[in-house]
Amino acid sequence: MSEKVLMKGNEAIAESAIRAGCLHYFGYPITPQTELAAYMAKRMPKIGGVFLQAESEIAAINMVYGVAATGKRVMTSSSSPGVSLKQEGISYIAGSDLPALIINVQRGGPGLGGIQPSQSDYFQATKGGGHGDYHLIVLAPDSVQEMADLTALCFDLADQYRMPAMLLADGTLGQMMEPVLLPEPSTSTVEKPWAVTGTQCKRPHNIVNSLYLKPEVLEKTNFDRFARYKQIEENEVKYESFMMEDAEYCVVAFGIAARVSKNAVIAARKEGIKVGMIRPITLWPFPKKPLREAAERVKGFLSVELSMGQMIEDVRLATDCRRPVKLCNRAGGMIVSPEEVLASIKSLGGDKS
Amino acid sequence: MRRITLFCGHYGSGKTNIAVNYALYLRSLGHKTVIADIDIVNPYFRTKDSEGQLKAAGIRVISLPFANSNVDLPSLPSEVYSVFQNTEEYAVFDIGGDDSGAYVLGRFAPYILSGEPYDNLYVVNFHRPLTSTAEEATEVLREIEAAGHVPFTGIVNNTNLGEETAAQDILLSDGEARRLSRLTGLPLVMTSVREDLAAEVNLENVFPLKLQKKYW
Repeated sequence: MSEKVLMKGNEAIAESAIRAGCLHYFGYPITPQTELAAYMAKRMPKIGGVFLQAESEIAAINMVYGVAATGKRVMTSSSSPGVSLKQEGISYIAGSDLPALIINVQRGGPGLGGIQPSQSDYFQATKGGGHGDYHLIVLAPDSVQEMADLTALCFDLADQYRMPAMLLADGTLGQMMEPVLLPEPSTSTVEKPWAVTGTQCKRPHNIVNSLYLKPEVLEKTNFDRFARYKQIEENEVKYESFMMEDAEYCVVAFGIAARVSKNAVIAARKEGIKVGMIRPITLWPFPKKPLREAAERVKGFLSVELSMGQMIEDVRLATDCRRPVKLCNRAGGMIVSPEEVLASIKSLGGDKS
Repeated sequence: MRRITLFCGHYGSGKTNIAVNYALYLRSLGHKTVIADIDIVNPYFRTKDSEGQLKAAGIRVISLPFANSNVDLPSLPSEVYSVFQNTEEYAVFDIGGDDSGAYVLGRFAPYILSGEPYDNLYVVNFHRPLTSTAEEATEVLREIEAAGHVPFTGIVNNTNLGEETAAQDILLSDGEARRLSRLTGLPLVMTSVREDLAAEVNLENVFPLKLQKKYW
């Protein structure tokens, strides 16, 4: 037997999390991420871990908050409406500087929306999501293999920078099956001297809290946190550059939209159109530098998204609007086709603005 | 070959692909054929995706009223009962994965068990992490039987790695499939193989498959 196994994206996240040392899962079922919880329900009791189906998403994220305070690796998962419910807890976790992993396998919205795939939680994921000044590290996989690999990376980055991380997937990636090579068990050894683990009467109490009685002190925690965010923006940006060497046009897409777009880029190249693609893998921190550099060379950008156009704002900001940025999109659970992306790439050439 | 064939198994084991291919095979033999998708757990990638191809081949398709829609409602169409009344039609059932998917079968078990002989085939892919050994596969098989109340009659070895499957993967899994057969006392009735690999797989009862799903 080869080392690879055939997995759904949702299962790959779950198994990768277990291998990353996450023995605590709290969640509430919602399509299209339910296989993740189902996998955890089967596996956790066999390895001495905790699977707990909470009474709501709000309960689940507060259980995550509790375990995160003890320094143990912990996660929750949901889909769009459920992730909205978790926002208060996520803000508290960010305000308490705790590492944790939140999975969003997006579906169409707003409201109850539908169960088909979407990318319309980009704003919520990358701009904070809950109240207050904070960011999440946001990683966007485009294959079942990356569902596994980026889950492990989320845990490592969350520990390293003491902050919550989000894996932003969509229903298609959650449901699709592909061969995957699962990551090796984590050997991460980040010290967590802040963890609430009992003093054994040998050290002062550790207190985990997001309430500050003095505004001066609260301001300082915000400034310190944003100094850390700056380091992340400098050190942790990840993206894939595809056929950009001689590109005159640049497609920007992440996740499942990038996968569709790659086919369109290849088809356009066959027709002699010099087009490439930049695929952000970290949505926060956003790959501003490669886009800024591309703006020096290309004539225009095409943002391909399963939303009404959210990432397009970051593309425009990263490039200071120096080149036209057009949108190619579907919404509400519909997936853009390679033919639609190809037609949009061709329309960039006809744009003289 | 019995009139009613059910495909059950761990979710993601390949039931839908096999059910669709098996219905097309029955039709190609000249039988009147119906396929019933009663999977109430899987939101995407369903029998309904192949509806056009099935109908073009002259196969009657029964699927859930809300399949492939934005509604997550596990309702079963009353049309399913026609399968038990219309006895000149060959029927293929595509059932949801695991015990959670097999619960719906309980609804139809009295009809299946009181009628003519049926086949309830357990589809297994040993490259799936929760059914990677004969012992694990047996555990899932027992859970499905307990939920669906319809005893299995045979095993389908559908070991694969999607598009990366090599003939060797299937040949190597044959021993595990035979061990599963011994553990459960159920015969290994077929080994399903992607059609382009079928010639390389020198096993008994190879069933060639046209894959129904494509993910860009």
